[in-house]
Amino acid sequence: MILEIFLSACVLLGGFFAFIAGLGILRLPDVLIRMHATTKAGTLASGLIILAVAIGFADASTVARSVAIMLFLLLTAPVAAHMIGRAAFRSGVPLWKPTKIDPEARIKLGVRDVDTPPRD
Amino acid sequence: MNLFLLNILLAVSWAGLTGEFNLLGLGIGFVVGFLALWMVQPLFENRGGSYFLRVFRVLKLIVLFHWELIISSVSVAWDVLTPRHRARPGIICVPLKAKGEAEVLLVTNLISLTPGTLSLDVTEDCNTLVIHAMFADDPEAIAAQIENGMEKWVREALA
Repeated sequence: MILEIFLSACVLLGGFFAFIAGLGILRLPDVLIRMHATTKAGTLASGLIILAVAIGFADASTVARSVAIMLFLLLTAPVAAHMIGRAAFRSGVPLWKPTKIDPEARIKLGVRDVDTPPRD
Repeated sequence: MNLFLLNILLAVSWAGLTGEFNLLGLGIGFVVGFLALWMVQPLFENRGGSYFLRVFRVLKLIVLFHWELIISSVSVAWDVLTPRHRARPGIICVPLKAKGEAEVLLVTNLISLTPGTLSLDVTEDCNTLVIHAMFADDPEAIAAQIENGMEKWVREALA
């Protein structure tokens, strides 16, 4: 009984955070802030659901696969976000107006200064 | 790493002797074996070296990381659901002390998953990390927070 409530809570919370990650893409102002929403909330969402699956089935092969899925997710999700953010920053995608950019960042990376007007 | 092998051997023997040769049995065997090794640590030369400290630090990194992931998801959820955007974003440079590609990879990955920061780029020489922060009012405070938080935990765990 208590286990079932716990598992249901995990799955529901996971669904909630997945919803937040999706809604964040729609609502947040620019690409970099959207990446915040998708990496963090998305990883937690899938983690919670996989945790519930692993505890619910509780056999060796399911648990082993859940652990593997979680490890690869933790390894790949931030790398994907990093590459998307990097591409956006380097190609000079317009950022949200209040964004303060450290002038040294572009120089240190050896990226040419892209002259893009900020948008709101 | 000798003690680590010994610990795995103890886990396998525990699982075999109790007749529960599955993941749970191996896990329990590993914990019991670790406690047993910890109790007899004066018998090893150099008191077992850094093995016990390292296990503790890896566990600390895992626990703290999950805590930070939950905090950051909740704060992102709050920002998405409330009508006004609280964020005052900025792109800042953070000097990196982590050495070697494995450490840099782990630090950048974990930074992307912790509250308010997203790693954007690393310079060629792996010395500087460029991050996008949600609340960039005080870039130096954020740099210090990364250096004394995640980066320190990672360097302790891998050192």
